[in-house]
Amino acid sequence: MAIKIKQSRTDRIFDAVVLVLMTLLMLVVLYPLIYIVSASVSDPDMVNQGKIWLYPVGFTLEGYYRVFQDAEILLGYRNTIFYTVVGTLLNLALTLTAAFSLSKKDLAGRNVIMFFIAFTMYFSGGMIPSYLLMKNLGLINSWLVLIVSSGISTYNLIISRTFFQNGVPQDIEEAAFIDGCSPVRAFVSIVLPLSKALIGVMALYYGVSHWNSYFSALIYVTDRSKIPLQLVLREILIEQQMKATMMQAGGFVDELLLDAQVRLASLVRFSVIIVSSLPVLIVYPFLQKYFNQGVMIGSIKG
Amino acid sequence: MNAQPIPARTNKDLDYRQMRRSRRRARFLRNYQYYLLLLPALIWYAVFAYAPMYGIQIAFKNFNGAKGIWGSKWVGLRHFEAFFNSYFFPVLLENTLALSLYSLVVGMPIPIIVALLLNEVRNQRYKRFIQTVTYAPHFISTVVLVGMILIVLSPSTGLVNMARRALGMESYYYMTDPAAFRHIYVWSGIWQNVGWSSIIYLAALSAVNAELHEAAVIDGATRLQRLWYLNIPTLKPTFTILLILSVGSLMSVGHEKVLLMQNDLNRTTANIISTYVYERGLIRGDFSFSAAVSLFNNVINFVLLVSVNFISRRLGETSLF
Repeated sequence: MAIKIKQSRTDRIFDAVVLVLMTLLMLVVLYPLIYIVSASVSDPDMVNQGKIWLYPVGFTLEGYYRVFQDAEILLGYRNTIFYTVVGTLLNLALTLTAAFSLSKKDLAGRNVIMFFIAFTMYFSGGMIPSYLLMKNLGLINSWLVLIVSSGISTYNLIISRTFFQNGVPQDIEEAAFIDGCSPVRAFVSIVLPLSKALIGVMALYYGVSHWNSYFSALIYVTDRSKIPLQLVLREILIEQQMKATMMQAGGFVDELLLDAQVRLASLVRFSVIIVSSLPVLIVYPFLQKYFNQGVMIGSIKG
Repeated sequence: MNAQPIPARTNKDLDYRQMRRSRRRARFLRNYQYYLLLLPALIWYAVFAYAPMYGIQIAFKNFNGAKGIWGSKWVGLRHFEAFFNSYFFPVLLENTLALSLYSLVVGMPIPIIVALLLNEVRNQRYKRFIQTVTYAPHFISTVVLVGMILIVLSPSTGLVNMARRALGMESYYYMTDPAAFRHIYVWSGIWQNVGWSSIIYLAALSAVNAELHEAAVIDGATRLQRLWYLNIPTLKPTFTILLILSVGSLMSVGHEKVLLMQNDLNRTTANIISTYVYERGLIRGDFSFSAAVSLFNNVINFVLLVSVNFISRRLGETSLF
């Protein structure tokens, strides 16, 4: 709002209050992240003694060194990259093609199809029937299950459809049809090139959900050589720490702290957080400008 | 003069008919390609969304792996009765509802307040920076988030307990305390999603008519008054839709985060319907029983969603469908 007008005193107070509150919010969100980064490059003894609260003390890259030495973490990393790339490509292929067709208002049967698609957002078979289905399809313990089971997110499909409906000018397509262009060709050479923002955001949403998911792998994959990074992280970050906490609750504090193994675990756990979250945290700011725009407002109304 | 147009007209008719036929053919050709593009997604929905619904029947059967879904014996509502009569039923119901109501009551207003305030930050660069920072936790995985909670709340090395000891207090075992579970769950969720959830409201705010604001400025309205009388009413439709969705999913607290936060000591509050379904079904192998629990949960949710939507539409508010 470019309204240039002399500010009243109450407005200046208002401005100051807004700034203070938002800065506080920003710091509250930022602080744990800074702490993790600092602790990841600090001497683990210093971390455990509480010497680190903002900046690193006793700088060391030992934690990162250990992470890149760990065969399990590296394998998990490799698996996750594979699942994320292949899974996201499948997601995009399924979602964008369907969204394009469903964005055509004169498509016969469109409303019926949309109803059956939207219905799955509010009602589903549930965990057990899905598990039995995967079992019957012979997908248990196969890498395929992690890719096909999350093939489409209905929410993303609706966002994409709304984008194609409102964000891509229909006139260009109409003109192309008169020139004898087929829908598939129009989709590939007109609509997709005009939808880079959408494709970027969809790739991010789907990619992040593949990268971060652990539950499908927990129930469908038991083969150690196929488990994704998040399951390895679960063992390092949750199970080991939970065990330590439970033992401490039982009164074994000091012996545990002295244990070299625990020292090592506490060294690795910070760097492993950074190493596993960094790829995603680097990408999203580039797409941030699209979040607020039309892409996000794929109104949920079916 | 009059003689000439007549043959021309029949010719035109012929042309027209041909044109129409070819156009219809072209439209069909076009349409068939639309359906072709749609087909993979429809197959996916049929297999991965609708085929599991066929398996719901095991909730009314005694599922036997050897006999399969169809071949297993019908037992009627036995599993539902067993669940409703079990010791777990009231506990799970209370834990689930308490957790989701708490999340709803805290989680609905805070993003709105953040969006309203963020919208008032004049310095665009600083605003964008705040957004970048507050969106970041949304992209962190649940496993890492819970791992961070464990690190920060660790009784021996966690920041919170270091601060407590520095102030002369005893270390507190947050993760094993059933009374602390809900607070940790809800507030870590706020930390993770406050920025992200405010986006949808920010988008709605950017649609406020600028002329209204100009008129209000000329009439001498302060910024606070403009926020109160112009911006807040704009958010009502968005708020209503999100409220309907939240109420409609009151019973479906996700299992992923709770499962990671659970341990033997906090289970009295950390055991909810969805984690119970996982534990009974996939860990202990009671497929039919846990399918019944999950169906009960699903149906309640669906009924809730439809009724809230109905009420909202009756009151002349926005509705989902």
